Amino acid sequence: MTELAITSSALTKRFRGGQVAVDHIDLAVPQGSVYGFLGPNGSGKTTTIRMLLGLAYPTSGSAELLGMPMPDQAVNVLSRVGSLVEGPAFYPYLSGWDNLARYDAADRTASPRTAKQRIGSALDRVGLTAAAKKRYRHYSLGMKQRLAIASGLLRPRDLIILDEPTNGLDPQGTREVRALVRQIAADGITVFVSSHLLAEVEQVCSHVGVMRTGQLVFQGSLPELRRTGAARITVRTPDVVAAAEVFDKLGLAEPAKEENSITAELGEAVPEHVCAELVHAGVAVRGLAVESPSLEDLFVGLTGEGFDVER
Amino acid sequence: MSSAELAVSMAEEPAQAVESPGIVKANLRFFLNELRLVFFRRRNQLLLVVVALFPLLIGIGLKVSAPGNGRGGSGGGPGSSAAFFNQLAGNGVFLTFIALTLLLILVLPVVVAVVSGDSVAGEAGYGTLRYLLAVPAGRTRLLIVKYLTIVAWATAATFIVSVVALLVGVALFPTGPVTLLSGTTVSLGAGLARVLLVTLYLCVAMAAIGAIGLAISTFTEHAIGAIAAIMVLVVASEVVDQIPQFASVAPYLPTHWWNMFDSLLRTPVDTTTLQHGLLSFAVYIVLFWMIAWARFTSGDVTS
Repeated sequence: MTELAITSSALTKRFRGGQVAVDHIDLAVPQGSVYGFLGPNGSGKTTTIRMLLGLAYPTSGSAELLGMPMPDQAVNVLSRVGSLVEGPAFYPYLSGWDNLARYDAADRTASPRTAKQRIGSALDRVGLTAAAKKRYRHYSLGMKQRLAIASGLLRPRDLIILDEPTNGLDPQGTREVRALVRQIAADGITVFVSSHLLAEVEQVCSHVGVMRTGQLVFQGSLPELRRTGAARITVRTPDVVAAAEVFDKLGLAEPAKEENSITAELGEAVPEHVCAELVHAGVAVRGLAVESPSLEDLFVGLTGEGFDVER
Repeated sequence: MSSAELAVSMAEEPAQAVESPGIVKANLRFFLNELRLVFFRRRNQLLLVVVALFPLLIGIGLKVSAPGNGRGGSGGGPGSSAAFFNQLAGNGVFLTFIALTLLLILVLPVVVAVVSGDSVAGEAGYGTLRYLLAVPAGRTRLLIVKYLTIVAWATAATFIVSVVALLVGVALFPTGPVTLLSGTTVSLGAGLARVLLVTLYLCVAMAAIGAIGLAISTFTEHAIGAIAAIMVLVVASEVVDQIPQFASVAPYLPTHWWNMFDSLLRTPVDTTTLQHGLLSFAVYIVLFWMIAWARFTSGDVTS
């Protein structure tokens, strides 16, 4: 069994008002993976991340980061974890450099001797060397986001937690962040990245967890998620009724007839075999297609369409 | 930066073998960084300049209104400071006590309230608190560093008043052996020692206000709200202290013992009053530190 960078068991957060933000979730994030933590806004992603980082205390259940229980071991484990939580936050009256120096000084395990070199290379890595002396208040949104990622890279890390790292970024900035995530992952660091947009993370993730109203409704590798979607076969034909009989004989589930076409779940059947059977039965096949649902469709299927705030 | 360079920089310092600095060194570094953050912030520097201007203006104002020697100064100060006003014409050292008395009413508490109210609430407001804790700074450690910085700030502000007032007093008024409020005359050196003791006494008083400020600051993410709350508390305490009907609660008020520093200006020094004052400050420091700690280490950080 692979080692896990993040685990939780029945992790639950109930706010004082009685609202359950996170409801018994069991996370299992394999070491070395890029884990996409997906879910619409308000589904409990950030609250989960806050609990993982020891910022919020769970109502019940437990969590472990790199094998250490949180929040008890927060002080010992967090220096190995870089994080970006709910957008960047820095002192507006300090320069980018001084801001990083501030966070570095707060870390009791960071060596002051190497601080300069580490801050320099973190800034270099996110392309902010030229703006190092500029006050944070004059940074653009993309620069702020990159500075936040730089602060996560101040130390060699074993795990990076990024909460909505592309929030508010333009396509250019989104691409930059994605490239950074790839680079980080290439160094063998586990990346846990949350997003409400599947498209944003599907290109970089190896694993996904999907949240819906506080519950983890899916967790697994990307291919596993794909497999949950049933492929459908569509046949264009004027002989819909005859085709339906063939489908029935082949045992294709959920047939749906329309005026000039019929679709059904493909299941274990082989498309060319279905085609041969149709032709054999004298059905005039004008077109035949097999479609797998896109990840986007699967994601929406798991989390519901937009705007359905279910609480 | 190329990926080859990345690989090199990562190889130099693998995550498992992080070289940790000593505990003392690391804590000192954090404290110095916090001091820098507070003392290099332009708003705070401006505050200290304003604080320094007050004794200068008070000195000039008193000099202009009392040109000749003798009892020229109109004793316009509140309460016990009237005695200092009369002494000033004879000795510039007394400008220190006048300035401290006047600035204790509002200016010094405001200066301490700004930094202590901002301490935790400001970080929460900027959102930097969650990152400091994720670093991890450690909640108790962060609170200790915050409070030590508040104490350093309060001490700096109080000493600025004393030192500037002393310099202005010496420059504008005659200086020599100091006649205390009890009528005894001590040497200039002994007089200056009393100035130092008075200043230190008030530093402790301001540290107590700082502890109250720190505690209030842990309850909100609006620094300005925390600062306002501290000031309301200080002014309310001062008002209640002035009402004779509330005399029985007066000794328990946080501001009651501030002006008692004049005990140091008598022979023999009234140590009982001073001890009561210091005890009151200590109780406030311990009590509000515990409130701050209990709140800060148990609550969720939601900012």
